[in-house]
Amino acid sequence: MADVDRIPIIKMGEFLLVSIQVDMHDRLAMTLQDDLTASVVKHRARGVLIDISSLEIVDSFIGRTLANIAAMSRVLDAETVVVGMRPAVAITLVELGMSLSGVRTALTVERAMEMLRASVGETVHQGRAHAAHPE
Amino acid sequence: MATPSGSRVVQILDKHEHELLTTWVDKLLKAPGSRRDLIREADVREQCQDFLRRLRAAAVQAGVDVDAAAWEPVREQLRQLSSERARQGFTPSETALFVYSLKDPLFGRLRQEIGHDATVLADEMWAASVLLDRLGLYTTEAYQQSREEVIARQNEAMLELSTPVVELWDGILALPLIGTLDSARTQVVMENLLQRIVETGASIAIIDITGVPTVDTLVAQHLLKTIAAARLMGADCIISGIRPQIAQTIVHLGVELQSVVTKATLADAFAIALQRTGLAVGRARPQA
Repeated sequence: MADVDRIPIIKMGEFLLVSIQVDMHDRLAMTLQDDLTASVVKHRARGVLIDISSLEIVDSFIGRTLANIAAMSRVLDAETVVVGMRPAVAITLVELGMSLSGVRTALTVERAMEMLRASVGETVHQGRAHAAHPE
Repeated sequence: MATPSGSRVVQILDKHEHELLTTWVDKLLKAPGSRRDLIREADVREQCQDFLRRLRAAAVQAGVDVDAAAWEPVREQLRQLSSERARQGFTPSETALFVYSLKDPLFGRLRQEIGHDATVLADEMWAASVLLDRLGLYTTEAYQQSREEVIARQNEAMLELSTPVVELWDGILALPLIGTLDSARTQVVMENLLQRIVETGASIAIIDITGVPTVDTLVAQHLLKTIAAARLMGADCIISGIRPQIAQTIVHLGVELQSVVTKATLADAFAIALQRTGLAVGRARPQA
């Protein structure tokens, strides 16, 4: 999987979905940061969901990149939720002194979507009924 | 003197091994701390015989220098014997008695062998005494070490026992902490909690510190670390069970707990947790 040089960003309604399935290296993280900020602007996204449930190894750089992505998205008026962090990764980040205090977190993708919908829902209704909520 | 000190011991072991063994075992079994209730006579005899053989072999090779490699078999036997006796419930003195009780019969033999030459006798006795003292101390050390191993093992067991994570409700975990939090324990607590969060998909964890005797800055830091890790996984933490003294200490120490929801009792914390998950507890029917 070493030849992966881009992480796909999926647009879903007013949210962007990013699923990190490979080991992050520094260049990949930087590319993701560039792509994601560009996509937020391009699609006028209101929320970003980053699924890191397959991420097994983090270092301080990746941790900081995650925090940066969240901060940048907020500047662009999009909420970031990091989903499915593994216990070992969480412990590592805390031991590194990075509690990612500006990033919202959720255990599952469903819950993250709920969080995004809740934070965006108040401002953007556009006649969409509540029936659209998933179970 | 042509013969180096300690050589007579070897001679005696050569010539009078059997008599020495008999008197020694006799002595050992009659001594007040022999603990005949814990060990069989045959075992004692066997251990003594083994010891004398190893002692002789080592003394022939390396004299009375107990630290030499040639003495390793003796040291090994003493280590084994000490840890065995520590397990059986011998006291340190009763364990060291094994070596020290050899003094009397050995000195007796030395006196008989050397006779009236006081200088030689004094030299030989001194050498033998130093040798046995060293070995006796070695027994005590080994005894202590095996005890410490037991303590370390128990600590570990206690660590496992004292950090349960209980599921209070669907999606609500409770972590009743008992005892002081040090970094090793925090690690275990954190791992257990995070693992359970993954398993249960809980969104709220209540950390109850009623059983934590003191909260200093270090403990508070450990708590905050655990909370930060849980938050990274998407679960919120509530601290409960803060006793009045602890509240005072926290404020006096200037520990920053602003970012964490704190409650006085587990019940309060549970109520908040239920509220956050959108649940409510009510009476099934009005009370009469």
